[in-house]
Amino acid sequence: MSKSFEILDVSLRDGSHSVRHAFTEEQVRAVAKGLNAAGVRYFEVSHGDGLGGSSLQYGLSATDELKLIETAVSECTTSEVSVLLIPGIGTKENLQAAARLGAKMVRVATHVTEADVAAQHIQLGRELGLKTAGFLMMSHMAPVEKIVEQAKLFESYGAEIVYVTDSAGAMLPQDVTARIQALRQELQCEIGFHAHNNLSMAMANTIAAVESGATYIDGSIRALGAGAGNTQTEVMVAVLEKLGYQADIDLYKILDVANQVIAPMMQQPQEITGGSLLLGHAGVYSSFLLHAQKAAQQFGVDERDILMELGRMKTVGGQEDLIYEVAQHLIKA
Amino acid sequence: MTKLKVGIIGSGNIGTDLMYKIERSPVLEMSVMVGIDPDSDGLKRAKDRGYEIISTGIKGLAERLDLVDIVYDATSAYAHAINSEILIAAGKKVIDLTPAAIGPFTVPPVNLNEHIEKSNVNMVTCGGQATIPMIHAINRVVQVEYAEIVATIASKSAGPGTRANIDEFTSTTSRAIEVVGGAKKGKAIIILNPAEPPIIMRDTVHALVEEEGHEKEILNSIQEMVSEVQKYVPGYTLKGDPIFEGKKVSIFLEVNGAADYLPAYAGNLDIMTAAAVQVGNEMARHLLREKEAIK
Repeated sequence: MSKSFEILDVSLRDGSHSVRHAFTEEQVRAVAKGLNAAGVRYFEVSHGDGLGGSSLQYGLSATDELKLIETAVSECTTSEVSVLLIPGIGTKENLQAAARLGAKMVRVATHVTEADVAAQHIQLGRELGLKTAGFLMMSHMAPVEKIVEQAKLFESYGAEIVYVTDSAGAMLPQDVTARIQALRQELQCEIGFHAHNNLSMAMANTIAAVESGATYIDGSIRALGAGAGNTQTEVMVAVLEKLGYQADIDLYKILDVANQVIAPMMQQPQEITGGSLLLGHAGVYSSFLLHAQKAAQQFGVDERDILMELGRMKTVGGQEDLIYEVAQHLIKA
Repeated sequence: MTKLKVGIIGSGNIGTDLMYKIERSPVLEMSVMVGIDPDSDGLKRAKDRGYEIISTGIKGLAERLDLVDIVYDATSAYAHAINSEILIAAGKKVIDLTPAAIGPFTVPPVNLNEHIEKSNVNMVTCGGQATIPMIHAINRVVQVEYAEIVATIASKSAGPGTRANIDEFTSTTSRAIEVVGGAKKGKAIIILNPAEPPIIMRDTVHALVEEEGHEKEILNSIQEMVSEVQKYVPGYTLKGDPIFEGKKVSIFLEVNGAADYLPAYAGNLDIMTAAAVQVGNEMARHLLREKEAIK
């Protein structure tokens, strides 16, 4: 079977959460060089919370993301650099700056029910000549009909790809199949899928997505992403080949990036700990994990209690401030 | 006491909520509601309450300028530029609730009286009204080097104007954090949460101050400022205790609204309209005193 999808590597964006937003220029250069050599078509470079995400709320970037984007672009001969933009955090101005430095793709992300805040940003992406996608975060929180409605909004603004994004790693393969199939039926544009491995479902969900018609799929090397990380890029290449797809990525070369470049920069293993498991179980945004661990230590409460409460409160991406408030409240309870 | 006549342009969530609050003012009298959609809920409600209504926007109001002394603009930044020019040329006072920011930023407990003589003042944003008093409260104790605010509001309380122009919220709020709050650098983040029942507006302020310590004075200053804001938004409260970590101060707030138009969860609506009425009241008192002096 010929290739029918593009792999987008998010190690340098989602992985920003795992390294507490401390990527250095040297690290980004090495990863970018490796991804380009391995034949990865697109890879993403931004603060974990997208352009403009450097903040006390989410963590300050040790190195300005624009510097990192510029560095990554300079290593690309065939690969192209994508950026993430979450309206409400990042602005059109941030996107213009990234495009000036050579970013070729933008993924505009909103909570799964709030696509209409992204109209201007998606339009700008197209005007700048970027490959432009809409990214429906926390897709597990909305029923299929709602996802179709919101995806159609993205498409109407000009999105060329709409992603189903399992930000909490809370979906099971049948959830993915139902959503991607419905979008495939109702939309003209391409469909993408982004997984988190909090319930050890990332690879299975990715297969479900590809088999349901997704043509853009995300991965991170060594699963370097928020929570238990994403679908592991190098594993995905091998698995998709076994399924008969052609990934057009050099397996040895991507393994070299994993072993020689990514492994040494990991601050902790991307294993499914009690905390990350609960993210998936309670349906909580994956980047809350390290903040919940910090707050648990600071206030002497159980990180699991914090995460369960955040799930119960139906928090959405970006509400990291609530973690500290919940931790404070738990001591008093 | 005589009252000044008020017009409201924009019959959406903000304009309609404002109408109810103006009814309680001792110096302002609701006169006319101006919209562009004759079927809008705001225009219908204004008509039911016996006010003049104009459904042809600023064009219609321009022909009936006798109806107003002070005009609140709750349209969009783009429309405001046009509206403001027409109204100011006619000698009217304009209170701007859009992010246009043609006139100076006003946050009542920080600088209420500073700009009441100006012909156009701007009310920043809901997130700015909720958090800038806190930044100022820290800054009057110790210099704030950097302040960042996170406003989380119920999806239902964000109207189409806010949604289409979300960058204006972040840029206008960031600037006002610096200009009014006193921080050397400001940043603003807004998050929409669709949970049902709708969440109450929450605001978090993270500040980096010039030097550590001063905890007690900062806490006292915050408490005093909370009481100031409560005078016009009684549902403005601290959630948990402020957290001090080296030079970082984090303050957590919740804003329950008065439920004049949208239910109480929409504290974002309330803090904006209640602050705007404070400004209108002061402007009116000032104008009435001037008139008195001329006599």
